[in-house]
Amino acid sequence: MAKYRNYVIAQSLEEAYALNQKKSSVIVAGNMWLRMCGLNKQKAIDLSALGLDGIVEMEDAFVVGAMAPLRAMETHEGLNRAFGGAFKKAFAPIVGTQFRNMATVGASVYSRFGFSDVSALLLALNAEVILYKRGAVKLAEYQKEAWDRDIVVQIRIPKGQCAAVQSVRVSATDIPTLVCAASKSDAGMRIVLGARPARAVVVAEGLAPDAPQRVYEEIASQVTFGTNLRASDTYRKKIAPVLMARAVKACQEVAADER
Amino acid sequence: MNVEFTLNGRKIAAEIDADENLYAVLRRLGMYSVKCGCETTNCGLCTVHMNGKAVLSCAVPAARCAGSVITTLEGLQDEAKKLGECLAGEGAEQCGFCAPGMMMNVFALAKENPCATDEEIDAYLAGNLCRCSGYVSQRRAIRKYLAMKIEAAEGEVRA
Repeated sequence: MAKYRNYVIAQSLEEAYALNQKKSSVIVAGNMWLRMCGLNKQKAIDLSALGLDGIVEMEDAFVVGAMAPLRAMETHEGLNRAFGGAFKKAFAPIVGTQFRNMATVGASVYSRFGFSDVSALLLALNAEVILYKRGAVKLAEYQKEAWDRDIVVQIRIPKGQCAAVQSVRVSATDIPTLVCAASKSDAGMRIVLGARPARAVVVAEGLAPDAPQRVYEEIASQVTFGTNLRASDTYRKKIAPVLMARAVKACQEVAADER
Repeated sequence: MNVEFTLNGRKIAAEIDADENLYAVLRRLGMYSVKCGCETTNCGLCTVHMNGKAVLSCAVPAARCAGSVITTLEGLQDEAKKLGECLAGEGAEQCGFCAPGMMMNVFALAKENPCATDEEIDAYLAGNLCRCSGYVSQRRAIRKYLAMKIEAAEGEVRA
């Protein structure tokens, strides 16, 4: 279990950022994963008093506060209307309602978990991460970076696209064995594979929606998969093209419904 | 450090460690309905309401509770009796270890979606594990409880 000497409820982002510059500090968001990491830190910095839990609909995008719980996104009418119910369908299998009332989107994005349903969907939707110091960074770039001491403040999700997620789990509510998210915009299909088990990656962009199965097999052959308790790399490589095809099909169905 | 919050309608001041979780504080305060099963946020045994939302108290930093309203099953005894009767009537309880957490989540469901379908009940309670009674009898009991709540609400409107 995580050990902290001091627990500070930050009163401003400036204060949180300043405190977080020391290696002996850690940001606490949902505290779902962090508490199990066996950390021993001098200071825990809590962001819960900063009002970062809102979801705001702008003309061209949704801006989601880093402390917004997954459940708030799952049940947000505007988000689900704009993206064909993708958030509801993608987040509902994550553990349980109480868990999703607590787990935050900012923590999933910052941590770049190798098992994240959240990152896969946000990557497919070409989201941007708004960091306190650096400002806006494309999530696709942020996913590749090492953990730093900047603070995720918001996630910006551009409108004008729809998405669908497919995942395989050993049992309901478990971490996914493999997750595939697909989105459709004017630029074509964008496909993301997550829980490889490694950070989610964009594996195809601008793909035609009617691509034959061998295209997905070709894409999967170029992706690196790993082995863990849930499945082997060979198994993941085998099911990846199937999930990709299903996600694309589901995404097209959503797009057709919207028309 | 010291933290003040409202527990089951009463103002509480508690001395806590910086890395302590809400579950440990509640047990220390005598809230023995709150149990710890997995400590990995999977089983739902430690469910309490924090500012009206069902949360897993084993993962809530106690220091974050300052100024919050916390409710445990001890604070909802009338409702617990009604739901308990439904559970007993449907044979939906055996060892009873999971019941307090499950009941707290059912109360959250009743508030959020009183007309929940079987599918919605299953989805809402996916984070509450039970190792002995199975879930079918629980679902029947919850359905009965929700129907009872709706009937009572309709009765109030008619009156």
